Amino acid sequence: MNASIATNQTILVVGGGISGMTAALEAAECGKQVILAERDTSLGGRTALLYRYFPKMCHPTCGLEINLRRLKANRNLRVMTQTEVVSVTGQRGDYNVTLKISPRYVNQNCTGCGECAKVVEAEIANPYEYGLSKTKAAYLPHAMAYPQRYVLDASIVGTADGEKAKAACKYSAIELDMQIETVELKVGAVVWATGWKPYDAAKIQPYGYDRFDNVITSLEFERLADPHGPTGGKLLRPSDGKEAKNIAFIQCAGSRDENHLRHCSRICCMASLKQTQYVREAYGEEGKSTVYYIDIRSIDRLEDFYQKVQQDPTVKFVKSKVASIKLHEASGDLVLHGVNTEGYHRYAEQHDLVVLAVGMEPESNGIALPADIVTDSSGFIEGSKDGGQFSAGAASSPLDVNRSVQSATAASLRAIQVVHKTSASEGAR
Amino acid sequence: MTVQNQQAVARYRNDFLREVEERVEDGEWVKMCMQCGVCAGSCPLGNAWQHTPQKLFMMIRAGKREEVLTSDAMWMCTSCYNCIVRCPRKLPITHIMHGLANYAHRLNIAPKGQPTREVAKLFWNNLAKTGRVNELKFSLAMYFKDGFVQGIKNAMAMQSVGLGLVKAKRLNPMELFGGHKCKDTGSFNKMIAKAREIEDRKKGFTS
Repeated sequence: MNASIATNQTILVVGGGISGMTAALEAAECGKQVILAERDTSLGGRTALLYRYFPKMCHPTCGLEINLRRLKANRNLRVMTQTEVVSVTGQRGDYNVTLKISPRYVNQNCTGCGECAKVVEAEIANPYEYGLSKTKAAYLPHAMAYPQRYVLDASIVGTADGEKAKAACKYSAIELDMQIETVELKVGAVVWATGWKPYDAAKIQPYGYDRFDNVITSLEFERLADPHGPTGGKLLRPSDGKEAKNIAFIQCAGSRDENHLRHCSRICCMASLKQTQYVREAYGEEGKSTVYYIDIRSIDRLEDFYQKVQQDPTVKFVKSKVASIKLHEASGDLVLHGVNTEGYHRYAEQHDLVVLAVGMEPESNGIALPADIVTDSSGFIEGSKDGGQFSAGAASSPLDVNRSVQSATAASLRAIQVVHKTSASEGAR
Repeated sequence: MTVQNQQAVARYRNDFLREVEERVEDGEWVKMCMQCGVCAGSCPLGNAWQHTPQKLFMMIRAGKREEVLTSDAMWMCTSCYNCIVRCPRKLPITHIMHGLANYAHRLNIAPKGQPTREVAKLFWNNLAKTGRVNELKFSLAMYFKDGFVQGIKNAMAMQSVGLGLVKAKRLNPMELFGGHKCKDTGSFNKMIAKAREIEDRKKGFTS
């Protein structure tokens, strides 16, 4: 890695999810030099782990494919994976950035043949399935991964497994002595597209996410529904692998709650409405979805989708924040307790599987951001005080994919304005 | 506004919510309720209530003064604090329940003979005279609250417990005659009177 390509006209985009990819591509396609730094081993972020999008029920792979093609076709864009920002100093138009690159133990010779995965025996919890399944410690992150290169988990480096993988590789792609690298760059503007993470559901004590196998998060449910997921797209519940046909969706699991996340995460209502249609897709009229909600927030034109789901006889809506979940020992089912506030009826409803529509927390929470960065009360990034750093997508506010892309395009334009001014003033000198 | 308009508007003016906000302890929180129902679902005595907390809040906002204040619902609260812990808007629900009960009691429209209310009255009267709780007199008052004959029956039934307590020196029979007091009862009484005066002024019981 050579630092000379970077000047203070370069834009650094932090985070390679849908927002980061969009922000980087928009700027690169305008002719600006862009560096896209992704902490993970592959681009795509959380979007790549969704089964379908609402409201059109189309597949995220489609949009990712388009973005990857744009990305491969662009010379102005440099992608760095397993790269984290250590520090940003300096000022608008002239920042010094320190990046830390963690070793992948696989170099660019990798053809993705998969011989290493065949010989490695150690298994790790699959980070792309939220731990729902295991994968070999030499693995391709997921089918849509970019770069299409294997990764060696650090746990097998220095073991017999690591040596076996190296021996199996015909292309000398495995380098077991790769070290952490530190790179210094000069950039003019920074776009923070660090995205979001699901709120830790175990903190919602009465819902027992940490105690009951059959209480899962909405993101885990996405993986269950995905044909590439751990169950091959079958809605099998974790405790006994039984087909879950009577599923409860609990809204505001962590959101709109002074004890957890203060904000409304905005996407969860639509996500659960979408997921009720996975149940219908799997079982037709036999499936049963029950949505427990405070109020359904399907913003502006997404209301049409809500109305469509309301007309679906397999979907029931109960206006109630569920008070507690108890385990039905004999069946492994779960019993939901609460009061339906439409008529104030007390209920104890039994379901096969409970899906918590967990809230969105900024991924950057718990990570030290540069001192100049301003965040809101929930930790979402607003930008830097000097006006040279911006936030895009879910790093800035809880947004769905559509709005993330809009937000990223806007952030990209602001970043372009910063480096444009910089380069113009340099030209005048 | 014309008189006609004022009359039309008056029908919709929610005087009761304002009254609760001004005169009930923590009453200003009532408007913050978003009707999620988690308090009702979390209440261990939930099925014994005529109205659950979030329903009471809705009734207050709907101006149902009579139904709220004469209800025995808020008297059922055992102060377990489950609702406060779980309320996503951090409403001090337990305190509002006690505030509503106290307000109804002060207006003298709380249900007559409601057990919690009777116990609370006995406890307060026991405490407020001497500044100390006289457990013997309080127990006796509890026994005899439903009449003399029932009182004797209650006392007989609890005889062995009472004697046991005396033996273990946890109950002093001499407490029946006056009993222990705080050091300066006169000042204590003045303090209570002053507190009452302030409360009355704040809650508008005196103009």
